[in-house]
Amino acid sequence: MEDLLNAVIVLCNFVMIPAIAYGSQLALGALGVTLVYGVLRFSNFAHGDTMAFGTMITILVTRWLQSVGLTLGSLPTALIGLPIGIAATAVLLLGTDRVVYRFYRLRKSDPIIFTISSVGVMFVLNGLVRLVIGPEHQRFSDGARFVIRAREFKEITGFSEGFSINVPQSITVILTLIAVASLFWFMKQTRTGKSMRALADNEDLATLCGINAERVVAITWIIAAALTTTAGVLYGLDKGFKPFTYFQLLLPIFAAAIVGGLGNPLGAIAGGFIISFSEISITYAFKKFLGYVLPQSLQPEHLVQLLSTDYKLAVSFAILVLVLLFKPTGIFRGRAP
Amino acid sequence: MKKYLRLVTGLTLVMVAAGTNAANVQLGIILGFTGPIESLTPQMSAGAELAIKEASGSGLFLDGSSITAVKADSTCIDSAAATAAAERLVTADRVQGIIGADCSGVTGAILQQVVRPNGIVMISPSATSPGLSTAEDDGLFFRTAPSDARQGEVMTGVIMDRGIKQVAVTYTNNDYGKGLADAFESAFRVAGGEVTISASHEDGKADYASEIGALASAGGEALVVAGYLDQGGLGIIQGSLDADAFSTFVLPDGMIGEALVEAIGPDLDGSFGQHPSAQGPGAAMIAKLGQENGFNGDSPFVAESYDAAALIILAMQAAGSSDSMAYQQKVMEVANAPGEKIYPGDLAKALQILQDGGEVDYDGASAVELIGPGESAGNYREIEVKDSAITTVRYR
Repeated sequence: MEDLLNAVIVLCNFVMIPAIAYGSQLALGALGVTLVYGVLRFSNFAHGDTMAFGTMITILVTRWLQSVGLTLGSLPTALIGLPIGIAATAVLLLGTDRVVYRFYRLRKSDPIIFTISSVGVMFVLNGLVRLVIGPEHQRFSDGARFVIRAREFKEITGFSEGFSINVPQSITVILTLIAVASLFWFMKQTRTGKSMRALADNEDLATLCGINAERVVAITWIIAAALTTTAGVLYGLDKGFKPFTYFQLLLPIFAAAIVGGLGNPLGAIAGGFIISFSEISITYAFKKFLGYVLPQSLQPEHLVQLLSTDYKLAVSFAILVLVLLFKPTGIFRGRAP
Repeated sequence: MKKYLRLVTGLTLVMVAAGTNAANVQLGIILGFTGPIESLTPQMSAGAELAIKEASGSGLFLDGSSITAVKADSTCIDSAAATAAAERLVTADRVQGIIGADCSGVTGAILQQVVRPNGIVMISPSATSPGLSTAEDDGLFFRTAPSDARQGEVMTGVIMDRGIKQVAVTYTNNDYGKGLADAFESAFRVAGGEVTISASHEDGKADYASEIGALASAGGEALVVAGYLDQGGLGIIQGSLDADAFSTFVLPDGMIGEALVEAIGPDLDGSFGQHPSAQGPGAAMIAKLGQENGFNGDSPFVAESYDAAALIILAMQAAGSSDSMAYQQKVMEVANAPGEKIYPGDLAKALQILQDGGEVDYDGASAVELIGPGESAGNYREIEVKDSAITTVRYR
């Protein structure tokens, strides 16, 4: 019995907890992508760098708060900086919309033109972030690091396997739940949310019904700013901030959004967790786990790994390809990308 | 009219001749200013530029020629971009020598596609892959960093001396990481140790939980992280500590830097490793020079970068020409005995000695001693993290 519990603990510690935290971060990122895709009808490649921008502002505010001695005790100070980061990102996104995307929107350009110009925006933001905060790795989480440490867990429970949850991981899950719940409430219950959905459904009809498209677009950007900055800050608290990594986050985020169905918020969340769980569990080496579950005579000598970790990216892309082949609109029926 | 034309031609010839006497020599610096090691390269570049400034400012280099540095981005990982940048240095900027590249993969690509076809000398401060020792180079390629075949042996010694017999290995999936991991694994096995797993990781990825899961399953007394300190290497260490998979880490050259200690904090105490560095007077000198010139001379590969630039300059002076074909023979000569020992800050003295027909033994910032196919013999500094500071245990 104890062996079985130890096996469960191993699996929780190395697969479940990291996958849930990472999946939440991806889900928030994918929600932003999917929202912009739904309302504005283009894939926003500047998304990863928008995350980096919002996180950068939050870091700068956090540093300032720390320097004047204002902290949140055992919670990270960045949580106070987060709203300011969101506000700054909202201003930035509205600014790029005014300068870049609005021009093409008024001309009713093809989505591909929007996408390509978002690549341009991506490069500008890429440079901007590096100019302001530099290319180095930044660590800005303060307060307590662990809710429970593996060593303490072992001492308290007497199990031979440890189990740890850190503060950023738990904040990530809680904030993601709050963000997702309020987003869905907003989309279903409020007038603005409904007009957003109407516009995403049929632009001409919505405009004819008197919905102010420009206003809805602005609100979409503001919500996207809130989602991306939150995702970026949570990711940074958990794993540290580095512009290069944020740029690379674009890949799993898009994979999550497309697997779930571009334009479908529920799909984005599911997609985030599908990608994170598949990356982590398929390449997990079950040696230790099986060591607890199986009788002595059947103990594995090898790592019992389905695929080497070298292939973990291949896993998410294989899922992506399969989804595109058999269900091009994504699992939750978004639009075909 | 004819007379006038002749006069003009004559004048032009004179001017051209005078021009070659005190010309401007261009040296290329190709380092990964963007990409995985972008936090190290500004310091490395500053080191190389300091040597160039020093030699150029002395007025003694090739009859008062000046030297200017032209920078290019190797990206560290993108061979196509790196060779395009190097090609630009050679064809458009007409550089006479290249300091770089940094990461082993792009260095090999530039060597084969730009250096050999164009016949330009290249000295890398930080490419350490064992594969480059045997690469065809027409005598044009040198490195002030030692091969990782040597680091593998040194690391084995460092680990064994602490009584650790069983380790897990993770390496960054490129020429550097793979080369070092393989060299280490074979040296460690020969010495009687056990490597439980040798798994690669990709740099710049969002999440390393799956790698950590596999490493933790395999187990071991310590985790060897052959990666980069502000990339996957850092992610692996952070994640391992968070999940309590490992508590002691072995850090080779790519992982050692203040940034890592700052990022991880007190949990890193007790981890240890080694990086190429010599116990010579040069290390302290470059640190001081760095302080005066606003860069960190202790940062990895800064000393090697200074030395790479200095070697090209001194070889040119010894050959009396900035032509690669002429000075490629001289690189080993100025680097090794016999001759007067030269340290950082002494370049003017060295240029004077060479101009007078004397010999120098360039020791430089990293105790340069070139062996075999033109690579550093390899002195290593064994370090341990104590109270959140990198401390020297000894030199090997």
